[in-house]
Amino acid sequence: MTIMQSFSELMHQRQQRETVKRSRLVETETEVSKLDVNNLNFFYGEKQALFDVSMTVPERSVTAFIGPSGCGKSTFLRTLNRMNDIIEGTRLTGKVTLEGQDIYAPEVDVVALRKRVGMVFQKSTPFPKSIFDNVAYGPKIAGQRNQKELQGIVEQSLKRAALWDEVKDRMQDSALALSGGQQQRLCIARALATNPDVLLMDEPASALDPASTARIEDLIFELKQNYTIVIVTHNMQQAARISDWTAFFFQGYLIEKDRTQKLFTTPKKKQTEDYITGRFG
Amino acid sequence: MSVSGSLREPALAKRHRIGQLFEWACCGSTWFGMVVLSLLLLSIGWKAMAWPIPDADAVDRAAATKTDAKANALLSPRPLSTRFLTSYDSRVPQKAGIKAALWGSLWLLVFVTITTVPVGVGAAVYLEEYSNEGRWKRIIQVNLSNLAGVPSIVYGILGLTVFVRMFGLFGHDGKVLDFNLGFAMLSIPLPFERSVISGALTLSLLVLPTVIVAAQEALRAVPSSIRTASYALGATQWQTIRHQVLPAAMPGIMTGVILSLSRAMGETAPLIMIGALTYLAKCPGKIDSLSAVWQHPTGLLEAPFDVFTSLPIQIFNWVSRAQPEYDHLAAAGIMVLLVVLMMMNTAAILIRNRFQRRTQW
Amino acid sequence: MSVAQQSPSILVKNSGSLTRRFSWTRAREQVIRLVLFLCGALSLLTTAGIIAVLFNEAIYSFSGTAFFQTVSITDFLFDTVWAPQHPDKPRFGILPLLCGTFVIAGLGGIIGLPIGLASAIYLSEYAKPKMRRIVKPVLEILAGIPTVVYGYFALVFVTPYLLRPIFQTWLGISVDIFNAMSAGIVVGVMIIPTVCSLSEDALRAVPRGLREAGYALGSTKFDVSLKVVVPAALSGILASFLLAIARAIGETMAVTIAAGQQPRLTLNPFRGMETMTAYIVNISLGDTEAGSMEYKSLYAVALSLFVITLSMNVLAQWVLKRFREVYE
Repeated sequence: MTIMQSFSELMHQRQQRETVKRSRLVETETEVSKLDVNNLNFFYGEKQALFDVSMTVPERSVTAFIGPSGCGKSTFLRTLNRMNDIIEGTRLTGKVTLEGQDIYAPEVDVVALRKRVGMVFQKSTPFPKSIFDNVAYGPKIAGQRNQKELQGIVEQSLKRAALWDEVKDRMQDSALALSGGQQQRLCIARALATNPDVLLMDEPASALDPASTARIEDLIFELKQNYTIVIVTHNMQQAARISDWTAFFFQGYLIEKDRTQKLFTTPKKKQTEDYITGRFG
Repeated sequence: MSVSGSLREPALAKRHRIGQLFEWACCGSTWFGMVVLSLLLLSIGWKAMAWPIPDADAVDRAAATKTDAKANALLSPRPLSTRFLTSYDSRVPQKAGIKAALWGSLWLLVFVTITTVPVGVGAAVYLEEYSNEGRWKRIIQVNLSNLAGVPSIVYGILGLTVFVRMFGLFGHDGKVLDFNLGFAMLSIPLPFERSVISGALTLSLLVLPTVIVAAQEALRAVPSSIRTASYALGATQWQTIRHQVLPAAMPGIMTGVILSLSRAMGETAPLIMIGALTYLAKCPGKIDSLSAVWQHPTGLLEAPFDVFTSLPIQIFNWVSRAQPEYDHLAAAGIMVLLVVLMMMNTAAILIRNRFQRRTQW
Repeated sequence: MSVAQQSPSILVKNSGSLTRRFSWTRAREQVIRLVLFLCGALSLLTTAGIIAVLFNEAIYSFSGTAFFQTVSITDFLFDTVWAPQHPDKPRFGILPLLCGTFVIAGLGGIIGLPIGLASAIYLSEYAKPKMRRIVKPVLEILAGIPTVVYGYFALVFVTPYLLRPIFQTWLGISVDIFNAMSAGIVVGVMIIPTVCSLSEDALRAVPRGLREAGYALGSTKFDVSLKVVVPAALSGILASFLLAIARAIGETMAVTIAAGQQPRLTLNPFRGMETMTAYIVNISLGDTEAGSMEYKSLYAVALSLFVITLSMNVLAQWVLKRFREVYE
């Protein structure tokens, strides 16, 4: 079974890299849950898109969602910061909690929620403004008026997104002039500038070339020291390379969620195994 | 379309001939508009460039009254001349001009813009961005398309009743509201009577539906990813609209607004309804030049409530007079009006082209 | 690129409650939403205003007597004389005005509808992109020319240089200075852009597959255009016709200038006629006292005009909706 072998090889490489990186960090052994989802059902009008999904997302880790297209993984991601609210005719039952607070409770302010749960989209979506204004947008609308502070936040966010060195001399240029990979990192910087604790990423590298993809993956690896990251990807290798946990979705159901290493080497469910060995999907 | 060899078929050749004729007919129809347009411009331009050739009687009369050289020097050599732009209407066609009408149209343009743009864009934003109130949106949308089909003269009647007369609520003589602004008095007559403000409000109601629809289209052209991205950063709905959607839609909105305004500038019927057609030899607020604004700035406060005339009204006024000279004056007035409208349209097209080049999402 | 050592302010997590609290931002959102709603609702108010004003002066007045409280509606609809200024016995039969309106709109339609549709077919089926780039702006300019200009053109050029030489000099039919024909011609020109652009939209919405299917059956371009594409776009074309005719009926300045001011019940297009719109303009030009019967008759005519154009618009929308072919 060569595909399984290639995955374990990948795991091996990854472990090596991780030990190098983690040597600088204080490792926390216990997993603290950040997001808890209980019995979530989601409907687009009459059509049910998610069936009874329950899972926990541990803090300061990378959780990847994989599955064939249309399996509900993106929909599920968008329920975590209520982006589906924008789409008309959607309905949801069940419970999602962020640090114990029900985010669908009637008294919740969606705006406050989205400030804490940021999101990066598949297609980079820079605003047609300058690089600086793109990153400063979040803090500005949150009421930050102090120019000095703003500059500081913009610089730090761009550094965290590993973009600072490339753009520091042209902050006033239009963001649309950046390359695709740079635009995507700009969007990550922009999301970081609002200072979230959770970062949702919807196939953030799927439209990028391999080199840019590698940079984004490195970046995700760095970011998980401070952020809880949830990433949707259609690329299983990518999930295997960067995530700590992987959840497999199929036809609106959460089939299996486990430590990435376990899921890719010894999946419990037949469907998972079929998918990761490429029998369908 | 050559048919050869075994494919030749007499019936088919006939069908091709019919097809060819049909194409020519369609092509001719398409060029018909072009022909009429050039005919219209040429004939009116030709009339605007020369006075009518006086018939024998008129020459005799002129000789009898013995107009001296000094009086002749005051007369325009052509209907369309610089004097035409800088004089008021006159009983003597050769002395008449459209100064009052130009300033009247300018005032109308200013006030229609002030009232239409915020309300029109606001309504469009409501319809496009806050559309979760499905029922209201549907009602307003149907209503807009019906309003767009209401003849302009009906708006004139609305304006006459609501703005000019204010339902007769203020009695026969009306009322004046005085506000002391410190440096000047602002006097607002109620009802508004036949003033600039009545005309502007009437025209605003008339063009609002088109402005709203144009602004809606511009807003719809803004990709939704921009909105989603903004929401994901924790922006409220208004912040998203104010900082992302409106700036992105602005060029499109401006193009639509300018086109609608140029339509308002050419409107005649509603203004006739509210009684703007009178002989008038003064500009609103007595402001007839930029220096006049400097000399008595209070004119700016008086102008909105002053009587006025506008370019199309002045043209209609001349068209309905009997002497042939007035036909030529009307032609000159039309040329001025068309130049003004052409300038507005060019501005709209320039904005549109710039926008198309700049935006690649 | 180590981030861990990096400093302070943005590493402080904004934690805590997600619960809504009162804030000026939230209050402002609500106020803005209300204001924007009011902007949208203003258009409803406009409609209500039009209906209220027409109703109050024409049908039933709350403060005086309305037009139809004095003149019976049968007289209004069936009397054949419109003579509101008659000092002793004014008569209010709208038929002559309706006649003028429909003769001119009809003439306009005879000229404008086929030409508009043919241009639309040409632009959508035959014309090369370069041709479209020339023609579309010309049509836009035609649509943007004020109606007073068309009226002037009709009175000063169409009648003396086109109609009189042809009909009066050659054919011996007397042509009035003010006549319905010249007004009809310019109204026809005026509605060409409306018909053309709306019909063209409808024609272009017909999917390419339908055309290809037509060609595959051995049709010529003419067959495909006229027997496949036009029928497929029929609802849009009909709607454009209705809207154009409604526009012709509501057209004011051109007919006021070119067709004259005599309410006359005739079908001879070379006589002067008065349309409903022209009557309204002429009344408001004179010194008609507010509250007189003449003044009220203006509202009665405007009401008729409003009802006619509105029903044509509604009909056009219904046609569009009812007969729209849905292509995937």
